[in-house]
Amino acid sequence: MSYTADTAEQVSSIAGDKYKYGFVTDIETELAPMGLNEDIIRFISAKKNEPDWLLQWRLRAYARWLTMEEPSWAKVEYPDIDFQDAYYYAAPKSQEDGPKSLDEVDPELLRTYEKLGIPLHEQQMLAGVAVDAVFDSVSVATTFRKELAKAGVIFCPISEAVQSHPELVQKYLGSVVPYSDNFYATLNSAVFTDGSFVYIPKGVRCPMELSTYFRINQANTGQFERTLIIADEGSYVSYLEGCTAPMRDENQLHAAVVELVLLDDAEIKYSTVQNWYPGDADGKGGIYNFVTKRAACRGRDSKVSWTQVETGSAVTWKYPSCILQGDNSVGEFYSVAITNNLQQADTGTKMIHIGKNTSSTIIAKGISAGRSQSTYRGLVRMQPGAKGGRNYTQCDSLLIGDKCGAHTVPYIENRNRTAQIEHEATTAKISEDQLFYCRQRGLSDEEALSMIVNGFCKQVLQELPMEFAVEAQKLVGISLEGSVG
Amino acid sequence: MSNILEIKGLHAEVDGTEILKGIDLSIGTGEVHAIMGPNGSGKSTLSYVISGRDGYDITAGSISYQGRDLTELTIEERAAQGIFLGFQYPVELPGVSSTTFLKTAVNAVRRQRGEDELDAVQFMKRLRQHTASLNINDDMLRRGVNVGFSGGEKKRNEILQMALLEPYFAVLDETDSGLDIDALKVVADGVNALRGPTRSMLVITHYQRLLDYIVPDYVHVLAHGRIARSGGKELALELEEKGYGAFVDGAEAA
Repeated sequence: MSYTADTAEQVSSIAGDKYKYGFVTDIETELAPMGLNEDIIRFISAKKNEPDWLLQWRLRAYARWLTMEEPSWAKVEYPDIDFQDAYYYAAPKSQEDGPKSLDEVDPELLRTYEKLGIPLHEQQMLAGVAVDAVFDSVSVATTFRKELAKAGVIFCPISEAVQSHPELVQKYLGSVVPYSDNFYATLNSAVFTDGSFVYIPKGVRCPMELSTYFRINQANTGQFERTLIIADEGSYVSYLEGCTAPMRDENQLHAAVVELVLLDDAEIKYSTVQNWYPGDADGKGGIYNFVTKRAACRGRDSKVSWTQVETGSAVTWKYPSCILQGDNSVGEFYSVAITNNLQQADTGTKMIHIGKNTSSTIIAKGISAGRSQSTYRGLVRMQPGAKGGRNYTQCDSLLIGDKCGAHTVPYIENRNRTAQIEHEATTAKISEDQLFYCRQRGLSDEEALSMIVNGFCKQVLQELPMEFAVEAQKLVGISLEGSVG
Repeated sequence: MSNILEIKGLHAEVDGTEILKGIDLSIGTGEVHAIMGPNGSGKSTLSYVISGRDGYDITAGSISYQGRDLTELTIEERAAQGIFLGFQYPVELPGVSSTTFLKTAVNAVRRQRGEDELDAVQFMKRLRQHTASLNINDDMLRRGVNVGFSGGEKKRNEILQMALLEPYFAVLDETDSGLDIDALKVVADGVNALRGPTRSMLVITHYQRLLDYIVPDYVHVLAHGRIARSGGKELALELEEKGYGAFVDGAEAA
């Protein structure tokens, strides 16, 4: 947090200086025509100066996508999306598009920032106030890059990695989530514009937590983000994605793809806090978040841990998964999904046990308030070779009020006699007794609710990196505002 | 001695059913009053009306606390003004550690009173002043509030909260229920330690037994939503002897 705040400050002072000297930011205004076709994909690829193999890969994805249908099995409802009624390549937003100052920003958004204790400069950044000339500045990441480079870690935009480390990108891109995987992932493969690339070399423990937060020059990676993280043998990295503060975002559809590759003894901890615009109390507006995230534990004794706190978006469709291929590999999924008002979330995980003695843990906490619907959907599969495989699943739902819904849809497929699978599920309602008890001790409605829900989510929140966890706790309370009393 | 609580002609209903049918009760500063009565006489309702619970509606009469109309205050404002309710059945808050809960409560009250919040060190120091005498160990403080607590542990935890929140007026609703004699002594000692010239209490109980340990200044018998009789501590002994029958009939006749 402090780093980002300082940077934003530093950077905005530089921007101010430049302005004083009559510096004019060179804003690209180029926009591909509306709609989606092969030409658009060629345009994107050319803009990014991509090698031919990548263009061909995109085109194959596009051809495949044309034959696919939008999935309809999730328990979410939304109007049909017109995929031709969108821009698939837009250069960074010009200053004129953004608010000129915080005075022009939605006061609701500012109130939330205040509650989260976000410093002013950072608020400007998050709200998209026109200081973006600065975000192109390389200086933001320089300090970190130096330290990372010393360790041999590569952390850069994926478009840059395509140029600087084409062999790694070509080897691993689409190796976990193939271009033909599913409707949204396939669309992403055809049109992705940017995202993160991380490579941790053999035996390296990444010296800092990597965060998209640090990458503020890439803040506007758009709706089709593509992330690829490779943890080589014996390496470790903790990656944080997202931000506890709600981001100003005009794209309604987000279809990101995240691929994680783990070789022998590697470990990746991937934490997400997703707090995009959920729409208003009547369900108007809000982001559709249709994400494909998957980790391949290819090496023996590798371990991947997904932790997610999902409080935003109007519709969430997301199943961070683990393919446990290497013997003794471990997959973990810790999830908190909060829905309020008219939000819908269909989220969970897939644990595919392939190797021997693989184990997985799923802790999913769903909180529904208002008229929202929350579904846990998860698959645990033991392949014939998953000798001694183990899974423990715990799904807990908490209901606030009597107009919301919580659903649990576990799929269990066991093809190995020696494997053990445990599944526990509970549903509870916050009782008036609990709220009264807390209020009698001096807590307000909101404080009481926040504390009870945080208690309910504790097992998951404690998996988050410390700084994130504190903010996430506040976020939990804020997300549920107006749901009692 | 001025009265901290003044209840006049109080009628209250729950779900449209009148439970309290004209209660008059004055409690002086520093006094301990006991309310006894059979099941369904309105004892718990009275405690909820005083603490402001939703669904307990006053239809007539008044309650003033420290000279102020209590009905103007929310539940948490009443708590901040020093009203404490020791619950007959304390609820469980899974995942919320007792320490976190206690600290949050103490600071919520301090904030409302315009006092500085306690930091972790200051808070722990205060907590330690009370835990030993109430026989509360670290394990209890780490666990979720009341989760897996025995009956005695729950009641001791209530008294610990009272000690930390330092109320001016505490209602203890059947604090003796579910306690064996040893546990009862610990709880009663805890309550007695908190008696003082600036703290008043209203002890609600079925049985005279509790009043051997927490000796009240006054005893009231509640029956059919009214106070049927008031007296000194000897009234409890009379009740024990004669049973509620005589008083209940008397209230109906009145």
